[in-house]
Amino acid sequence: MKPAPFRYHRPSTLDEAVRCMAELDDARPLAGGQSLMAMMNFRYVTPQHVVDLNRIPELAGIETTADGAIRIGAMTRQRDVKDSPLLRERCPLLAEALQWVGHVQTRNRGTLGGSLAHLDPAAELPGVLHALDAVLEVRGPDGARDVPMSEWTLAYMTPALEPGELLTAVRLHPWPPGHGHGFHELARRHGDFALAGAAALVHLEAGVVSRAAIALVGVDDGPLRLPAAEALLTGHAPDPQRIAAAADAAVEVPGIDDVHASAAYRRKIAVVMTRRALTDAAARASSVVPASVGPASLPRGERRIAPPPSPAGGSVSG
Amino acid sequence: MRGARPIDTEQTLQIAVTVNGESHARAVPVRMTLADFLRHELGLTGTHLGCEHGVCGACTVLLDGRSARACLTLAVQADGMDVTTVEGLADGDRLGPLQQAFMDHHALQCGYCTPGMLTTLTEFLRENPHPTAEEVRIAISGNLCRCTGYAGIVRAALAAAAALRGDTA
Amino acid sequence: MTGFIGTSVQRLEDPALLTGRGRFVDDLKVPGALHAAFVRAGHAHARIRGVDTTAARGMPGVHAVFTFDDLPRPLQDHPVPLLVPNPAIRDLRLPFALARSEVCFAGEPVAVVLADSRYLAEDAAEQVIVDAEPLPVAADVRHALDAGASPAHAGMAGNLAAHMTLAYGDVDAAFAGAHRVVQGAFFQHRGSAHAMECRTLLAQYDVTGEQVTIWAGTQSPHQYRDAYARVMGVGQHQVRVVAPDVGGGFGPKTVLYPEQLAIPACALLTGRPVKWIEDRREHFLTTYQERDQYWSGEMALAEDGHILALRGRLLHDAGAYLPWGLVVPHICAATVPGPYVLPAYRMDVDVVYTNKVPVTPVRGAGRPQAVFFMERMVDLAAAALAMDPAAFRRLNFVRPEQMPYRVGLTFRDGSATTYDSGDYPELQRRALARADWDGFPERQRAARAAGRYIGIATASYVEGTGLGPFEGVGVKVQRDGRVLLTTGAAAQGQGHATMLAQVCAGALGVTPREIDVKAADTGAIAYGVGTFASRIAANAAPAAHLAAGKVRAKALKLAAHLLEAAEHDLELQDGRVFVRGVPGHGRTLAELAAFADGVPGFALPKGIEAGLEDTTYFTPERASYPNGCHVAEVEVDVETGQVRLLRYVSGHDCGTIINPMCVEGQVQGGVAHGIGNALFEWMRYDEHAQPVTMNFGEYLLPTAPEVPEVEHEHLECPSPLNPLGVKGAGEGGTIPAPAVIAAAIENALAPFGVHVDRVPVTPDWLLERIEAAGGSTR
Repeated sequence: MKPAPFRYHRPSTLDEAVRCMAELDDARPLAGGQSLMAMMNFRYVTPQHVVDLNRIPELAGIETTADGAIRIGAMTRQRDVKDSPLLRERCPLLAEALQWVGHVQTRNRGTLGGSLAHLDPAAELPGVLHALDAVLEVRGPDGARDVPMSEWTLAYMTPALEPGELLTAVRLHPWPPGHGHGFHELARRHGDFALAGAAALVHLEAGVVSRAAIALVGVDDGPLRLPAAEALLTGHAPDPQRIAAAADAAVEVPGIDDVHASAAYRRKIAVVMTRRALTDAAARASSVVPASVGPASLPRGERRIAPPPSPAGGSVSG
Repeated sequence: MRGARPIDTEQTLQIAVTVNGESHARAVPVRMTLADFLRHELGLTGTHLGCEHGVCGACTVLLDGRSARACLTLAVQADGMDVTTVEGLADGDRLGPLQQAFMDHHALQCGYCTPGMLTTLTEFLRENPHPTAEEVRIAISGNLCRCTGYAGIVRAALAAAAALRGDTA
Repeated sequence: MTGFIGTSVQRLEDPALLTGRGRFVDDLKVPGALHAAFVRAGHAHARIRGVDTTAARGMPGVHAVFTFDDLPRPLQDHPVPLLVPNPAIRDLRLPFALARSEVCFAGEPVAVVLADSRYLAEDAAEQVIVDAEPLPVAADVRHALDAGASPAHAGMAGNLAAHMTLAYGDVDAAFAGAHRVVQGAFFQHRGSAHAMECRTLLAQYDVTGEQVTIWAGTQSPHQYRDAYARVMGVGQHQVRVVAPDVGGGFGPKTVLYPEQLAIPACALLTGRPVKWIEDRREHFLTTYQERDQYWSGEMALAEDGHILALRGRLLHDAGAYLPWGLVVPHICAATVPGPYVLPAYRMDVDVVYTNKVPVTPVRGAGRPQAVFFMERMVDLAAAALAMDPAAFRRLNFVRPEQMPYRVGLTFRDGSATTYDSGDYPELQRRALARADWDGFPERQRAARAAGRYIGIATASYVEGTGLGPFEGVGVKVQRDGRVLLTTGAAAQGQGHATMLAQVCAGALGVTPREIDVKAADTGAIAYGVGTFASRIAANAAPAAHLAAGKVRAKALKLAAHLLEAAEHDLELQDGRVFVRGVPGHGRTLAELAAFADGVPGFALPKGIEAGLEDTTYFTPERASYPNGCHVAEVEVDVETGQVRLLRYVSGHDCGTIINPMCVEGQVQGGVAHGIGNALFEWMRYDEHAQPVTMNFGEYLLPTAPEVPEVEHEHLECPSPLNPLGVKGAGEGGTIPAPAVIAAAIENALAPFGVHVDRVPVTPDWLLERIEAAGGSTR
């Protein structure tokens, strides 16, 4: 299990990296390496050229843009995304989901961009960013372009990147203070890819859902939004019956058959995870007080007991 | 069985790495993993390879202080970085507090996963001086052990945390 | 005499392993070594028409590429030898060092590349062209005996490797008179041991080309030595096998593999040291596996709850070859009666070839399957009679006053299965008390009121361990006073060095730290058997005890001579023999050893033997039978089928405990393996017999969050079969775990009436069962 030979390139600027990718035949960008290196060790992937993106400072970092968005460099380590005070305050769904992403060693090296570009169907981060309506910044020989998360997945493990293009950053607009978030997944063991997982965001106005976003992972070629469920919630109080009815929309997802579970099973689990994520999100949502990060990592399998959603205002759970 | 690959010469690159406080300059094949570099070029065979696909955690080292899979890192990527391996954890001939706790609490049997457990927990205890047993379990969930059933490792980590805090047992 | 027995002495092994100074085979650097990579079969079954190595031989850094035709003559004439023959084998199939003309499972070695590095060897291995003609496969053992089923080996008349019947008593009469009969059918997954270190080999011939040293990650160095010498037609003295630190064993490193013949042969052919370090992909493909059985049976019950008889059939998937004979299926059938008085029993066993990895022992070696079958049948019986499952077991337990208890079967060592010691009711009582069995119904009621489904169960077992023929220990006091202990008993993490040092230390008046242990080197002790069947404590520890006693006697005799005192007036303490009451009048062990080493040209005094040393081989007369009672408490998420262990109690009787810390470590680790078997691990193959779970993301080992801390209850019922009273401790943790976890899941899901008849219990399968039983997902 040793990688086949390749030529190694270590650009120090984005321009240089883009040039490498454009000029070299059969080149693979190396981000955190947590998937690519494993596939190279198995010789499932044998690129002629490896372009190491780890020494390009401009690709990493978390910043607020002039229009109030948060921009995260593609090479920002998952661990730094998880620990970012800015993101924990403004976008707690990310930190909540990241505790289920791999293990500390893989998060230390693994990057946000690497996860998005690798696009494992069960990966948590693409789902979370889909729920957040993130926009992905891409650079290629012909310049830069934006790809909305909704157009990112072309097919199984195939993102909307043209040959020679690199994912450079992710932009997202945080939800207003006081929004609720929830992330639930079922994995065989802690840190495994999800059999199915659900990310949920809920914003309340006067006790009524004014905006909801639900994204599923592990049930299709890429992350999947549930517009039907979002519509069912919007304009209603997020009571258990309403949440359950919305979650039932998840049973329509395609599902995936693999060695761990059947598509039929994944559809059922998608419903359960959606309901649990929505329940958390609704319980944490408030019309007044800004949300803080949810409860710190809970032992696997320990279900969060969420207090009933407060009709208007009130404090935030967790 | 693949066709002849056009790349038939091994590209090498000169790197400089600090390992356990000692500087090393070497020309290495660019495809060599950091694990193989440590083991076979520097002779630091305490870092073990258990799966070479980033799941078992036996090869975990600290890269600029952060735990990382040495099987998923190329040696050339460590150029200019600071690497800590299990050989760098002892205080001279004396076991460090975590190592001593492993011995006291029977946290190892065959010892093959042990280096990765130690490096992983070194980082974890530095950042979490007051861990619970469940937090320790999650911290080592990326490290497979087939011998111990983990209980001794969890006990050892909690004892080491207390020792590092200066609590009397 | 036994000062350190029963105490949790810290391990002698630990300091080196904790500081990165362990010496595993791949850590050994031999100048000029070539690195091997095998070219392996892609098909599960194919005829090899030709192997073209031309391109590979021209690759950079490549020194040689060998196929079957290049092997030394003896390896073309002889396959890997069968180590455990059995007359019931109808058609014995064994692999060659490299495939001859047919490959019978995906992964069989076809050629080997030797290069300057493993990287280069893998590059070249990709360039070897194997011309293979695919053949039909035997993929599913359930259909492999059908008329017209494809044979796993070309031209073989049917896939039945062996049929055995283990039986005693009048089974049919018992069924005819039964009050109730319960029936069950069960499946157990195929799994792998997955020691964290894969298999390893480093072979080096000396300059004469006649002496080879093989460093190997093996559990049985002496068997390896004997087999290689036998096959190659050389003397045992020409082969030295050393197992340095070994990163876990769990069974598969006991047996012999084609690579173990091929690699030293490569060293012979090239005149260079050759190293082969199996990678995890190869380990998934080729390291021998276990479980994978289908059981069915029925149990006859009396109205008062006594078991009258049991009969059944076991369908055993042997894989492509029988390198360890019929050991696993035989142990299975012989283990079934367990701790119960079972008046009549018959098990028909079919051992069947398929085109999969061969099946040889993995921790538990057939016992977990047998216990799963028996304990599931017992639970069915208790339910049929509306009895508490613990009470039903108690009613049927062999009573302590019945010991030694003859079951009526012959065990795998040829002896009549005779339980040597144990108190099954008392052990169950302790385990149940520890788990608060009586308080569980209340806990369960409270949980259900809160919408949670928790369950509890118990399972008991008896396991044959400590099998012979023997193990040996040499004890030698060296001139510096340190004690050298040598043994063939290879360790893979169990702590044998510490355990044997503990046994010796008391007799020699030293501490364990003053003892150096050199194990698993065929150059250091003449004979050895190997580490399997939880046999080291029951074989090597008594040997250490006896050898140390003899060295002590020699020391006293020497001292008596030198001190001009009577032996019975002497004391041995702190490494020194002195006249009782006159501590100043004595000799250190170092001085005594020096004296016994003699002076060149001078005679030793009459009656004094050379050397302060002894080597003793201990031969137990038959197997010893540890036993245990486990209690598990689980929670099932009925919306997802996810299972979580809440609590795990082990009641364990392995006789006299030498080192409680190490024994509890064995149990805890064994339970973790059993949890893997119960909930996670499943080596799967498709309909073409191609493996589909080929990495640690697909084949799931339990990690720390999935394994609770086991609560231990020990009952020491010493074995009468050895002077220390010890029985084996290495596998008991694994054996009942699948059974007790399955039963606890069933108990949690009692409102749904779910029956668990297979392991692993995966969440999708369990949710299907819950729904089929009328459970809702809401």
